[in-house]
Amino acid sequence: MTWLVPLPVILPLFGAGLALALYGRPKLQKTVSVTVLALVLAVSVALLVLARSGPLVVDVGDWAAPVGIVLVVDRLSALMLTVSSAVTLCVLLYSQAQGDDQEHAPVSIYHPTYLILTAGVADAFISGDLFNIYVGFEILLAASYVLLTLGGTAERIRAGSVYVVVAITSSLLFLIGIAVTYAATGTLNLAQLSTRLAEIDPGVRLVIAMLLMLAFGIKAAVFPLSFWLPDSYPTAPAPVTAVFAGLLTKVGVYAMIRTRTLLFPQGELDTVLLVVAFATMLVGILGAVAQDDIKRLLSFTLVSHIGFMVLGIGLGTQLGWAAAIYYVVHHITVQTALFLVAGLIERYGGTTSLTRLGGLARTAPLLAIAFFLPAMNLAGIPPLSGFLGKLGLLEASVQVGSPLAYTLVAGSVLTSLLTLYALVKAWNKAFWQPAPAPLPARRVPVGMALPAVALIVVSLGLTVAAGPLYRYTEQAAADLSERTPYISSVLPDGHRGRGQSAWAEGHG
Amino acid sequence: MTDTAPNLTLVVVIAVLVAAGVYLLLERSLSRIVLGIVLLGNAVNLLLLVAGGAAGSAPIVGTSDQPMSDPLAQAMVLTAIVITLGLTAFVLALSYRSWQLHRHDEVQDDVEDRRIARLAARDAPSVAGSDVDSDDGVDLDDEARETHDETDEGRPAPVHGEGPR
Repeated sequence: MTWLVPLPVILPLFGAGLALALYGRPKLQKTVSVTVLALVLAVSVALLVLARSGPLVVDVGDWAAPVGIVLVVDRLSALMLTVSSAVTLCVLLYSQAQGDDQEHAPVSIYHPTYLILTAGVADAFISGDLFNIYVGFEILLAASYVLLTLGGTAERIRAGSVYVVVAITSSLLFLIGIAVTYAATGTLNLAQLSTRLAEIDPGVRLVIAMLLMLAFGIKAAVFPLSFWLPDSYPTAPAPVTAVFAGLLTKVGVYAMIRTRTLLFPQGELDTVLLVVAFATMLVGILGAVAQDDIKRLLSFTLVSHIGFMVLGIGLGTQLGWAAAIYYVVHHITVQTALFLVAGLIERYGGTTSLTRLGGLARTAPLLAIAFFLPAMNLAGIPPLSGFLGKLGLLEASVQVGSPLAYTLVAGSVLTSLLTLYALVKAWNKAFWQPAPAPLPARRVPVGMALPAVALIVVSLGLTVAAGPLYRYTEQAAADLSERTPYISSVLPDGHRGRGQSAWAEGHG
Repeated sequence: MTDTAPNLTLVVVIAVLVAAGVYLLLERSLSRIVLGIVLLGNAVNLLLLVAGGAAGSAPIVGTSDQPMSDPLAQAMVLTAIVITLGLTAFVLALSYRSWQLHRHDEVQDDVEDRRIARLAARDAPSVAGSDVDSDDGVDLDDEARETHDETDEGRPAPVHGEGPR
């Protein structure tokens, strides 16, 4: 069944070409993109089931592993693929119902670019090669540049130029990291790197780890590298912001988990990660408290909650990784749902500014419920999935038991409380207080509301299905800390993959 | 095994390119940033080439007794060149669009920066912290848009909305 592995990349790329060719036929374009993303979701679910019996490996073009590019789907990749394709499908359906006139955006470009973005995300998730991860990043980033500056309004150009320059800088840092890795080890295959990096000079290994963490840290928006995010995300169209917030930073987090577990099991940078996690949580949430616009507020909570995932990675234990993976899944769905609801509020009230909104609980009670549930979930009110994820992280920190870990326990509890405060403040201003001026109260299309509701239901489902899901993430974390399942399925004999190579033919 | 010392000329060239690239990247106008990205991108390409080891005979095609060049590094450089080309074109378009809108291509201030600057100026706590609640009635977004400090030296700042749309 390994032929399924490349499909999450190939299908969207093919669909993007088709959608671009059909640029004059918006109806057909929509059909193409929805069909493609639905297929990707089906494939991802199949991979999720298949990956339970060990990682699935494809040597691309039948070139043997360390020379050719490998695609690997293990439990972690399969889980990320499934969540990301479910989210991208929901956001696509949401954006289709939005109508074309509101955003002044050339929709003919929107569909192909969106599909390319999903292809890039999938490529980053399933790649078993450091350079191919870079290529995946570039695919998704290039698509994100276009989506962020869609329409080319003054506001989007302003936000877009900062975003683009920061993202390019992080890509160049990543590329420098790749060059240094290649110079030190002579390979970029993750499985081979995991054995070779253990043999090189610890100082050089530290440099490589720093460079990679720096590059991924910018993409994941970790504290000192996070200031680009709250300024650039809110200016994009609502569905674009939602998918960026849900997925793009998580690709960075995924890359951090993968490199920390597979390439640097010694955990040289764990202390740095924990300190940075602490700062990310608190600085992010303090920024959110000061905001008066729902979209900007949500962008700051996004930064803040990246800190929780970095905490899980930095603990360096199996329990911590399991909790971090669960938290990533929870956060992708909840954060995307919140941004979609913010889009609904904007549609209904004509603004997302908390000073102008008001009284929505009375005039639009369903909207109020749709905001309240994911907001409470994000703040971590029991028994919702946010609470379970945070509980797992706290348990893992207490198990580590160092003074720094206890500081982080205090920090994450404080962050949760401040998240609750920020969101309740937003709730009071937008939903309970009377509006300063009457709102336009435009009708919200059912087609926009349904995908948002679907995502909220999924995030509530994560609570109901927390048992099996948590077991899955625990097994994923066990595979990650053991490392051998990944390495031995890519390189069965420890040197070569299953594909062909001149060396294998000549010598064996 | 083999001699792994890198070529000194290449190392010096990389260092100069990176230094100039970082300097340009820290500038405020997008056209200079583009040049910085180009220089940095080429520096990284050379770095990849150095990482591939000493030059040798042509790889893959035919066989030879001499040691071959590393084809993988060249393949990676090729990919990186294509990506940098695409991104350079995009940033150039962005810079042109910015010039169309504002008659300059400076990276503009973060709204948050302006908000903090304004609060510091008033030396007072935020009352509502709103986008439009300031004393002078200037929208924060507009203020951020009109603040630029490098281009158009000596000339008055263009009034918002003056440029061609």
